[in-house]
Amino acid sequence: MRRYMVNFWKYRDLFIELIKKDIKLKYRNSFLGVLWSMLNPLLMMIVLSIVFSSLFNRHIENFPVYVLSGRLIYQFFSESTSFAMDSIVINSQLIRKVYVPKYLFTISRICSSFITTLIAIVPLVLVMLVTKVQFYWTNFFVVVPLIILLILSMGVGLLLATINVFFRDMKHLYSIVLTVIMYLTPIFYPAEIIPEKYKVLVELNPLFNIVGMFRGILMDGNIPAFQSIFNSLIYSMIVMLLGFFIFYKKQDKFIFHI
Amino acid sequence: MRDPVLEIMNVSMKYRLMTEKVDTAKQFFVKKLKKEITYEEFYALKNISFSVSKGEVFGIVGRNGAGKSTLLKIISGILKPTEGEVVRKGSIAPLIELGAGFNGDLSGLENIFLNGLILGLSRKYIDQHKDEIIEFSELGKFIHTPIKNYSSGMRARLGFSIATIVKPDILILDEILSVGDINFKEKSEKKIRSMIEAGTTVIFVSHSTSQVEKLCTQALWLEDGKVREIGVAREISLGYKEASRSV
Repeated sequence: MRRYMVNFWKYRDLFIELIKKDIKLKYRNSFLGVLWSMLNPLLMMIVLSIVFSSLFNRHIENFPVYVLSGRLIYQFFSESTSFAMDSIVINSQLIRKVYVPKYLFTISRICSSFITTLIAIVPLVLVMLVTKVQFYWTNFFVVVPLIILLILSMGVGLLLATINVFFRDMKHLYSIVLTVIMYLTPIFYPAEIIPEKYKVLVELNPLFNIVGMFRGILMDGNIPAFQSIFNSLIYSMIVMLLGFFIFYKKQDKFIFHI
Repeated sequence: MRDPVLEIMNVSMKYRLMTEKVDTAKQFFVKKLKKEITYEEFYALKNISFSVSKGEVFGIVGRNGAGKSTLLKIISGILKPTEGEVVRKGSIAPLIELGAGFNGDLSGLENIFLNGLILGLSRKYIDQHKDEIIEFSELGKFIHTPIKNYSSGMRARLGFSIATIVKPDILILDEILSVGDINFKEKSEKKIRSMIEAGTTVIFVSHSTSQVEKLCTQALWLEDGKVREIGVAREISLGYKEASRSV
């Protein structure tokens, strides 16, 4: 373990540079640049509010904030994991020629998505101000679900990156999985409308709990229950350890398949 | 004998060649069921052992497909040998292919940072030496242009300039003294010579026996993944020349 930490420390500058590169390239040559990361969720919010708010009016008090916060969590998860999935295959040129710890490519992509998604917090706060949501100091607890989400995404990203090296089908399969996850996550519908008997199934979706926690903190200033933090954290940790383990076991074989 | 900086002990590299390439899961399972997937074992390298001492210039000669590149990849840590062990002391800079890992959308300067970090340099070190790199590469005002607009010579020059700024303990050269035009070629040869004089250990792979004779002290002759001969560079290259003539 120590050896890995020392190795990571040696490459920390590269890690940071990779994150910067991703962010730079994302906005390069686009006229509005970083503004897109704020406009995109706002436009999404407007459309979903127009279509669904009258439908769910009784259950959801502040529909725009509800949609924005749910979308933020889902968007980060879907963007970072699909971005990470390609990380090994796209850097194949490099991996074949120079030794670099390969997980750096995957993890740096998760982190760069994390940063660009966090920009969406700006419109979220704006909309909260406009719709006169009450602010509490406990709002700062939002970092807890975000960190859990980051851990989870790292695990999933590592798993996907590994699988994608050996079977390129994963890309197509995963886009279906993401759609399923999107509909299983209460982004624009209230969690209460899910029938009780399917509740267990829906709670298997790791995003379900995180979205709930995130909203509770943001909209009501609730400090999440210890049990629910604990459960989510354990879930994410298991996924992350599994991701690292499988990636580690398979990484020496990558070079024959990329 | 001086202390070795690189030791290769009984290294073998075994490949399993799938008789057909399988890319998708469907193909894989269908073929697995039909028992169409068979593997053929192939040794790219078999039982290679040698050691390189500090300050030595070690040449590796051999025909195409003798396993030279595989050996270099194992030395630089890209490939893990299926058997045997590699002990390295100090940092290694592989010049296996110049400009591997350049990103076409980034400018030359941004790529200096990215590539230097990939080669294991610190940010501070690159910051201090970036002017030196730009000057050596002769890119001048093009350094802020995205690399995708560079000519292949410009790319190679930049790659060479970054890789040789590293000051590694062990430098790996794979047919690299043919970068750019004649002027740059001379300049790069001079640079490598000065690195050798400064005590850098060099591992040098080439088809050209004259270069091996000129630069190397010790040499290894690979044939079909096995060591054919190992010893003083001049004798090895003579033997190799004769053998390739008689074929």
